[in-house]
Amino acid sequence: MSELTLRDKTAIVGVGATPYYKRGESVPQLPMELAAKALLAACDDAGLGIHEVDGFALYSMGFDTSLFAQWLGIDVRFTGLLSGGGGGAAGSVGLAAGAIVSGQADCVASIMTLQQAASRFGASYAPRGKPGATYSAPPSPEGSFIQPSGLMGPGQMFAVLAQRHMYQYGTTREHFAEVALSTRANAMTRETALMRKPMTIDDYFDARMIADPLCLFDFCLECDGAVAVITVSAERAKDLRQAPIYVGGSANGGAGRWGQAITWFGMPDEYFASSGHRTVAADVYRMAGLGPSDIDVALLYDHFSPMVIMQLEDYGFCPIGEGGRFVADGNIRYGTGSLPVNTHGGNLSEAYIIGMTHVKEAVEQLRGTAVNQVEGAEVALVTGGPASIPVSNLILHN
Amino acid sequence: MQGVLPPEIISIMSTVWTEPFWRAASEHRLVLPRCRACSEFRFPPTPFCPSCSSQEIDWVEHAGSGTIYSYTVIRHAVIPDVAAALPLIAAVVELPGTNGCRIIGNIVDVDPADVAIGQAVTLDWYDVRAGESVPIFRLA
Repeated sequence: MSELTLRDKTAIVGVGATPYYKRGESVPQLPMELAAKALLAACDDAGLGIHEVDGFALYSMGFDTSLFAQWLGIDVRFTGLLSGGGGGAAGSVGLAAGAIVSGQADCVASIMTLQQAASRFGASYAPRGKPGATYSAPPSPEGSFIQPSGLMGPGQMFAVLAQRHMYQYGTTREHFAEVALSTRANAMTRETALMRKPMTIDDYFDARMIADPLCLFDFCLECDGAVAVITVSAERAKDLRQAPIYVGGSANGGAGRWGQAITWFGMPDEYFASSGHRTVAADVYRMAGLGPSDIDVALLYDHFSPMVIMQLEDYGFCPIGEGGRFVADGNIRYGTGSLPVNTHGGNLSEAYIIGMTHVKEAVEQLRGTAVNQVEGAEVALVTGGPASIPVSNLILHN
Repeated sequence: MQGVLPPEIISIMSTVWTEPFWRAASEHRLVLPRCRACSEFRFPPTPFCPSCSSQEIDWVEHAGSGTIYSYTVIRHAVIPDVAAALPLIAAVVELPGTNGCRIIGNIVDVDPADVAIGQAVTLDWYDVRAGESVPIFRLA
């Protein structure tokens, strides 16, 4: 019996993006208009016509596919959505691959569009209707155990995990700073990056505290913009404009008792101070037939700097608890480190489009066209989340 | 009391599964759901035991003394209504004798510099409005 797997059966053939904007500055464009512009750019990159797209594989609540189809005249054969939030970013490409391998669609777009003009993710769990809380969730029975304590934004909640990581493993704010500084250094060379000013260790420690132990520079940016990625079968990919970037594997999900994670805080001690990625890391390595030593560049979802450190542990780049010292040793620096991380400047310094910029960067690295090109890069890891289930990932290779 | 949100931005919603907790809370009693079939505690209350899927629950009273498992000091107001209450210490408190159940609440009337993981805390209650109280903690 042949093994059922996604391995190497599909490829990313096009990536596209709008400019990235500071929060609210993409107005008067509509959020869906940004999505369509990114998709058209991705089609152009691939050498495909827009009417060849026949599927959508989305995440983080997605958006109105019917409207999208109507605007662009797309006949739709597949729509799929990973539940949850930003944790599904990388996994949306796995969902696209699954649709193609199972014959449900031929040419599937994964897209994220974001406009934070009248809303901000930083107040996601604030009480709805209060000033400044326009993005917020309505009161919920689950939230009633958390929100009265003042925990109203994801950064405050991840701060609780970071604090525990420091306590358990001796991780320090200097370690978090190295994530912020190395990511900023990568953004400085990129025209697309919103934050290109050099950052020093003094800048980091002079920044205001938001939620201990996290300061301003441990938080990602709040942005507008859109990114689209097009996946087709490996067969078809050979005839298109760009060299195919193969989907080696993709997984989404998480351990049962990771569950709601930061909006529950009931995770077992063994992986409370973790990224929640351990089960999906094992899944994707098995599917791709690869391990951590095969990864040439890692694009790790960096909404908050400590969560990069925890992902480095959970993907096996260093032992559990050693992530802080791993980054302090210079391992994630572009140009000199053993594992360049977020060579595009990440969510922290380039733009936060809920993780899709990481997929785009992985594709550019494997095409050999990245701004901060990792010499000879053949295999890239992309992740989505830490978040409530699902978290997700993607291994790509050229 | 220093270190809690103003009542107008706290809202409590319950389901049939969480209502016993909030009813006891209004009487300043902490009760936790324990699976009648396998004796595992779980918190917050959910409709099924995550170990054995049973829906049978015994509500067990707990003194609420515990240790700080982790915490953050909220120093930035994500919405303006929070500003006057800052800094807020939001803590995850582990309760002994409950197979690791944790509850979340503010640590009140304390300098944030005096708070650390592992410290013992005792339970108190913040009366948000008539019939609604939420758990808070004080350093023991």
